[in-house]
Amino acid sequence: MTDTATLASRRFRPGFWTIVAGILFLAFLTVTVIRFTKGLGAVTNLSDKFPWGIWIGFDLLCGVGLAAGAFTLTAVVHLFNLKKFEPIVRPTILTGFLGYSFVIVALLLDLGQPWRIWHAIIYWNPHSVMFEVAWCVMLYTTVLAVEFAPVVLERFGFNAPARFIHRLITPLVILGVMLSTLHQSSLGTLYLIVPSKLHPLWYSPMLPVQFYISAIGAGIGMVVLESYLSKRAFHRHLEMDLLEPLARGMVVALGIYGLMRLQAIQRNHAFGSILEFGYEGRMFLLEFTLGVILPVALMSFRRLRSDPNWLVGGAFLAVLGFVMNRLNVSITGMEAASGTRYMPSAMEIIVSVGLVATGMAVFAFAVRNFSIFPGGPIGAGPDPKPGA
Amino acid sequence: MGMGLLFDATRCVGCGACSSACKEQNKLPGPVEEVLTAYTWTTVQPREGLNVRRMCMHCEVPTCASVCPVAALVKTPEGPVVYDALRCMGCRYCMMACPFEIPKYQWDRPVPIVGKCILCSGRIKEGKPTACAEACAYEATVFGKKEDLIWEARTRLRQKPGEYVNHVYGLTEAGGTSVMAISSVPFDKLGLKTKLPGEPPAMRTWQVLSNIPDFVAVWGVLLYGVHWITARREDVANAEAKDNGRENGHD
Repeated sequence: MTDTATLASRRFRPGFWTIVAGILFLAFLTVTVIRFTKGLGAVTNLSDKFPWGIWIGFDLLCGVGLAAGAFTLTAVVHLFNLKKFEPIVRPTILTGFLGYSFVIVALLLDLGQPWRIWHAIIYWNPHSVMFEVAWCVMLYTTVLAVEFAPVVLERFGFNAPARFIHRLITPLVILGVMLSTLHQSSLGTLYLIVPSKLHPLWYSPMLPVQFYISAIGAGIGMVVLESYLSKRAFHRHLEMDLLEPLARGMVVALGIYGLMRLQAIQRNHAFGSILEFGYEGRMFLLEFTLGVILPVALMSFRRLRSDPNWLVGGAFLAVLGFVMNRLNVSITGMEAASGTRYMPSAMEIIVSVGLVATGMAVFAFAVRNFSIFPGGPIGAGPDPKPGA
Repeated sequence: MGMGLLFDATRCVGCGACSSACKEQNKLPGPVEEVLTAYTWTTVQPREGLNVRRMCMHCEVPTCASVCPVAALVKTPEGPVVYDALRCMGCRYCMMACPFEIPKYQWDRPVPIVGKCILCSGRIKEGKPTACAEACAYEATVFGKKEDLIWEARTRLRQKPGEYVNHVYGLTEAGGTSVMAISSVPFDKLGLKTKLPGEPPAMRTWQVLSNIPDFVAVWGVLLYGVHWITARREDVANAEAKDNGRENGHD
């Protein structure tokens, strides 16, 4: 993430950034062309033994999960009426929308026949978790677009429709929270069907709840990270008075999640496989120590939470732990049963990195041209930085 | 209960006539491969001095059919779990979820579909046995009504108790399957999955999914309730502030 931080701070040097974005975009296009002429086997390391790779494990599971800040903060502001958090709602909605768009683009590459993605609308199978996931993606992306629309409408002076949407904000937010709750948990439900394949360190009948709560924790972590990255890029101040109490919420979410994980491992009698210190045991220890124990321990101290550097560190660990967990569930935990090892191919990685970079570029573009952060578009006026 | 197959590993000589017949029947390209692929729907593998057939088990409650978002995989009343290639969008959740690791994908094609045994569904509808059973000269694979096949399998186990492992594979595995097997060596040594739950895996997700309507109603009311309380509190606070202001103004 420190790399991405520097990338973001270089937003104001279009020469360099245009080249990077151009290369990534061309690479992305090349992969797309090969994918749709030579097949999935030519670009990915996927196989009959390992049919889902990082496009599902990272792009889909993490793209959706890290968008959880949007529903968490809209609920806090519009349902729990804690109005002081309002200034940071817009960036989280934008992240949510970008995260979901990112998921859809990744799916268009990963699906065997993406032009049939609409089939889920006409051919129903309510027994399928994937059917629920498909509907949640469609509906919640729409809700996020509508929630974000006023920002765009106001920018171009269409105030009447913006006011209309604003009047609908309560039902919209309730709909968004419900869809998110269903969707975040359903990504965990996806793995309920593989009790004989997913390693007992990760399998649990409570996977849906674990996925939901950990997404709230990591979603809050993302809010903190975004504020920090945009602070670095646009020389804004960090809203410590808002982020500190949010970090407290993150500790609660991660704490509950951590206990649930330990209880599930105990139920599966899987503590032994940690002590064996094999491949899965080590990966679990890394994930759980970095992603749960450390951030909960550090962020429990008000003194550390109130220090911007520690706060950002804690949020970074929570997000990192979240990503590691999703990759462990979707890849590490499935490897033993599949009888094979999966490492993403260079082209799979290019697509994922390209999508993250595109998302960050769009975010930066939006922040500079729309009033995402309090105080209107940043850098619309004369900018002190050279090359802006 | 529908139709099914019974495979007897003690009778199979490994000639591969079943695999060839399958290729021909389903017009699958290329030679028979050693493992199942999108183009080889059944194959015979030598294991522990025996030969074992690998193919779709045609579960009674198929995991693949339960996970398919567009219902491209369906269990027919006659027994076969069939696949509608025109519906499939290629999410590959069936491959992920299948406890027997049966559905395979056309990784080499720009417009790929899933490939797996469909128990010659078309032939069964015409009253014919599957191509593989018809091709088997040693009656290692026999086709019939599932209840008759269970009876036949149990008869063989009872008549030659020393020659068989006392278990009909497929009676309980993943909730039971239309394809069953008996063998003289333990099934895990033949490469078959033996640690499968007796309850169909589909039940685990259905327990969650079936609660969604209730959840939506309760969660929706709860969220609106929270909003109503906090909004009402704000209104009251504002009204009180206003009243206080008016009283102060009169003073």
